[in-house]
Amino acid sequence: MHSFVYRANALLTLGVTVLALMCAMASLSDNLNVPSPSAHVHVLNINWFQRQRDGNDEVSLTLNISANLQSMFTWNTKQAFVFLSAEYETPKNSLNQVSLWDGIIPSQEHAKFWIHATNKYRFADQGSNLRGKEFNLTLHWHVMPKTGRMFADKIVMTGYRLPEEYR
Amino acid sequence: MGWVAEQMDSIKSLQIRQVLTQGVSLGMIVTSALIIWKALMCITGSESPVVVVLSGSMEPGFKRGDILFLHMSNDPIRAGEIVVFNVDGREIPIVHRVIKVHEREDTGEVDVLTKGDNNYGDDRLLYAHGQLWLQRHHIMGRAVGFLPYVGWVTIIMTEKPIIKYILIGALGLLVITSKD
Repeated sequence: MHSFVYRANALLTLGVTVLALMCAMASLSDNLNVPSPSAHVHVLNINWFQRQRDGNDEVSLTLNISANLQSMFTWNTKQAFVFLSAEYETPKNSLNQVSLWDGIIPSQEHAKFWIHATNKYRFADQGSNLRGKEFNLTLHWHVMPKTGRMFADKIVMTGYRLPEEYR
Repeated sequence: MGWVAEQMDSIKSLQIRQVLTQGVSLGMIVTSALIIWKALMCITGSESPVVVVLSGSMEPGFKRGDILFLHMSNDPIRAGEIVVFNVDGREIPIVHRVIKVHEREDTGEVDVLTKGDNNYGDDRLLYAHGQLWLQRHHIMGRAVGFLPYVGWVTIIMTEKPIIKYILIGALGLLVITSKD
């Protein structure tokens, strides 16, 4: 009855159960944190704005992004993935989300940042609708936990507009 | 050696009734595992509710051997979500992040572009030849939860099948020889 195998089995079961419980508690404790992040983005320059050979409008921007996301870090946070997307409507598409810049924040010390960047990914439309287009810039973040549930949220910044003419 | 001899004795001393009981209990274990898997499929709406990360393309977020829990609801797909998708002509599903979304006004269909956090460029090179966008039907689910390291068990077992057979054999022997 109380052979070595049984004892090993019982020990393993207990160990796994305790680990699973601790993981669940760590993940649940994330719910207690109420983050209050802030972000500001300025479009400093339109570097160029053209209609490409495939008929799609494409634009290159220089952006200034400043954000303070320190409050979203908890002891169960492995990293936060932050990205800035341009979001707009066109007659054909009810929603267009184009990621312009992204970054990985490895720790709380790096969560207050200020950068100056041109768009990392192509800001291209499906079609030719970008002239004079109003768009939102949205800073999204996805918090990756050490274990458990992943969180995501965003700050929407409105009132940006592209020029009426290609340049 | 005493342990082995003891086990051999217990196998020899098996009665028909006992063999049947052991068979039934083995069946119970297998079917309950199946029930849990199928129930998870129903709850999450994804055909594979749990996936193991096989490549380092999402490091440092997800490393090889981590487990992801998937969920597939009717909610629209949005930029930033981590999705698991199948590309035509590729057997192994890929776990990457959505970076661009274009959603149609009339039909609600989506065009999606993905990228691995640790990759330099987007995934158009991974898609089928000439494919520019992923559609809804390529996507198997989105990742909602994360558990580190546990997936190593399956990685080791698929890469070193001998360990799998030893483990299954040992567990089978344990079930057959147990006297409860």
